[in-house]
Order: sequence, then structure tokens, then C-alpha cells
Amino acid sequence: MNINEKLATLKYNKDSESHLKVNDETCAQCNNKYCTYICPADVYEWNKDKREMIIRYENCLECGACKIACDKKNIQWRYPESEYGVKFKNG
Amino acid sequence: MENNKAEVIIVGAGPAGVSAAMTLAKAGKNVLLIDRADKAGDKNMFGGAIYAHQTEEIFPDFIQNAPIERNIVNQKIFMLNDKNSVQFEYYNPENKDTTFTVYRSKWDRWAVEQAINAGAYFAPKTLVKELLIQDGRVVGVQTGLEKFYADIVIIADGVNSLLAKQLDFRKEIKDYDVTLNVKEVIRLPQNIIEQRFNLRGDEGTACKILGGPLKGMFALGFLYTNADTISIGYGVGLDELKKNKIKPYELLDNLKSHPSMERLISGGEVIEYSAHMIPEGGYNSMPKLFGNGVLIAGDAAMFVNNIHMEGTNLAMLSGKLAAETAIEALNNSDFSQKTLSLYEKKLKESIVLKDLHLHKNTIKVLSKNIKTITAEYPELAAEFFDIITNADGIPKYIKYRKFFKKILFSGVILKSIPLALFILEKCIKK
Repeated sequence: MNINEKLATLKYNKDSESHLKVNDETCAQCNNKYCTYICPADVYEWNKDKREMIIRYENCLECGACKIACDKKNIQWRYPESEYGVKFKNG
Repeated sequence: MENNKAEVIIVGAGPAGVSAAMTLAKAGKNVLLIDRADKAGDKNMFGGAIYAHQTEEIFPDFIQNAPIERNIVNQKIFMLNDKNSVQFEYYNPENKDTTFTVYRSKWDRWAVEQAINAGAYFAPKTLVKELLIQDGRVVGVQTGLEKFYADIVIIADGVNSLLAKQLDFRKEIKDYDVTLNVKEVIRLPQNIIEQRFNLRGDEGTACKILGGPLKGMFALGFLYTNADTISIGYGVGLDELKKNKIKPYELLDNLKSHPSMERLISGGEVIEYSAHMIPEGGYNSMPKLFGNGVLIAGDAAMFVNNIHMEGTNLAMLSGKLAAETAIEALNNSDFSQKTLSLYEKKLKESIVLKDLHLHKNTIKVLSKNIKTITAEYPELAAEFFDIITNADGIPKYIKYRKFFKKILFSGVILKSIPLALFILEKCIKK
């Protein structure tokens, strides 16, 4: 079962704007890009050609790991606005 | 609620928040409980199981009325090697009614209903953006649209607590002070669960999983049985995950496909995947717990004792103690830091700070010895069984010697001494 199939078990309400923001220039300087590994929802992906971070915020599980894992303190993290984001039917 | 003013505002309707709300409402105080989710529990997840002892303090009749899954009378520890495992199982029917598996979606929703029935106001779909502070005192909260005021605000907004950070009561959490936990809920017929885990009726099991795909890392797997699903997952130090550069869901798949795990969940349907962080820094990572007009409870205060899988119950207990402190303050119309310091006093007299203090260095010690615990012990345990059970024609003295040499040369005895002394110290120290 790949990550997309896992995420398909969840209910999401996608907001028009991302609740997660980064500074791409700072990301370009980052050799580790831990966010692209540790995120349980695969939200972050570095686009080498465009030198920008793809942020699939609509898949975010709102755990907060990225904010802490980023050594460059480059992630502007907040919760999605109320009524948006993920819903756990079981938890 | 009049003029957007309550006596107490509680931010977060998880176990800490709802327990505070219940305690305050039962005491006749005007309390507003706020949560950002559409319904309580929508954005919460855990392993997991609740313990009756603390739960009954808040919800005395929960066993009869709450949506519980299974009654945990069976505890297991799996020590995994690459292809095999050694398992310890403790079945005690007398442990009935002490521990229960629940789903947070159902449990949190039910708990909030009890708080509402007791007289608390509940505002879901409300994200608190920041605390309102006047003259060095917390006086309320700012949501997306409105300001709400209170004599006391109880911060119970979870591990990421942006509000504790706003007050500068805690610095940014470090990656070694949290674990990232991922879990799958897998549907299986009730009778299959009962057969595979040797359970009858509503009996359940709670399992800890060491080693195997998790070996060498500060990580612990878990498995809980619900009525017609299994919850399987693990927690790993965030710093470990970074170091190993591994995707958490891939590690979960590796755990699920271990031969000893695979057969327990085989044929099941994954109905939910989720993730959450759990504080693990314990006593040394605790924020300031109170201030003028404010108290912090639950995961927001880092009140988790991972060794004993206690977080939810500590949240409930700390929520209750925060509420009791608030009641005292309200009765004296004094919401100063000095009066609210009673909270820390109560916590020190309870298992919350007693246990956290006892274990303040435990994570560090376990981390240092993680290879011994997650790789060497499981290997030796398996080898021990091979020696005493394999009738392979090799003379026993040869086998015993080989085993003894292995123990000696691996240095495991030497490595176990500090561990044993550490455990001994915990038994003696208060």
C-alpha cells in the first residue's frame, strides 16, 4: 500500500491557501532537507529544476514534525483554518 | 455565555481540556471549552488505551456508558529479530476493568458531551490564534473572528502548543524531545481477532514491539485490539528518523511485514492511516506550568511518561488538577501567578510530577543502550530458545559453551550492568 493509498483512507477539506510556507532560497541552501523524509504524509518534495519546495499541504496530517525537524527553522507552520484540514474517523 | 466572558476558557478539548471542563462545570463554574476540530476527536489520535484509575476520577461511570472497545486483560511484549521473534505474554483476567482500548473520535466526542451535560459551554470549529495579554496577565483568547475573555485560561492545545510558545513558557521543542508516531487501523472480523490473540468476548490485548525493523533506533512499536480492528504502529524519536533518513510510512510497512506481525494482521483491510507527535522529553523539557491568569495541562505541558505508555491519563489528571487550582483561585478572586502556583504543588503531590521526576533521565539512559535492548536482547532470547529446544544431535556442552561465549564476547553483560543499576536505583529512590 503506497502513501497515496494510505492517505486515501482519510477525509480532508482542502483550503485554497497552504497553511505551511517555506522560503525556497533557504531550502536551496539546505543539504539535508529532512522535511522530505520525516513527513508522514509526504507533503514536502524538492523540485530541483525549479529550485522550489512543492508543498502538498492538502495531505497534511497536522502532526507538527516538520516544524521541529527543519534545522533551518524555515517552515512557517500553523494549523489549517477551522473547518479545513484532515479528519480522523477513528483516531 | 454573556459578553464573550467566562470564568475559565480551556483551549483544546482533548483529555486534558475535557477533564478540566468536567471538573469546573461540576463545581458550578462558568467554563468555555474550545476546539479547532469540527467535532471533538476529529483531529486527535493515539495508540491506544485508557486507564480506568484516572478516567474514573473524571467520569465515574464510564465503564457502563462510554464507547469503549476492548477490556485489556492481556499484555504482550514482542522481541523481534529479522526472521523470528520471542514473545512474552501476560494474561490476567483479574486485570479486567483496569485498561480499555478506545478510538479518540468516539471517546473525545462522548467525553465532551459529558462536559456539556455537566454545564460546560463547547465551541468547536474554533481555532484560537493567540492569547490575549494585558499588563502581564492572560485575559482571554483571540479566535479567527472574535475575542473571548476569562479570569483564567487553561492551555491544553497539545504537543505543538503554540500558545505555550507565545507566552515564552517554553522554547521551540527539540527533535530529541518528541517521537513521531504513525499508525494504521486495520479491520478484521471479531472472531479472527479473538482467535489470533487468544481472547474471549470483549477481552483485549495491548502489545509492545521491540527490535526487528525498529532495531537500533529509539523506537517502540505497539499493537492494540479494538472490537473489530487492530491498531498497529510505532513511535520513533524525531532525531532518529532524521538521522536514518527513512520515510515513516515505509518503516511502518516494514514492521507490518515482519513474519510475526504479518500473520496477526493478514487478510485485514486498512481503514485509516494517521500520525501524531508524542512528547518524550519528560521532566527536563517541561515548560513553565502557570502564570498570571494561565495554566498549562496535558501534552502541552509535556506530561508523558513513555516508559509506562502513560500520557492520556496524565493529561486527564493534570486537567483535573488545573481545574481544582482554578476553582480555588476563582473562590478567592485571585488569579495571580502566586495563587496559581498551587497547580504545581498539586502536580508534585500526584503521579504526574512524581513519576516524571523519577524518570527524568530514563530516556537518555535507554537511548545510550538502545542497541543492547532492541537488537542484542532479542537475539540472545532467540538463541536461548534454540539451545534448549533444538534436538539437533549436537552435544549440549558444545551448545552451552557457544551461547556463553556469545554472551561474553558481545559485551552484553557489561552493557547490562549500568542498565540494571539504573533500574535498581528507580526501585530504591523516591
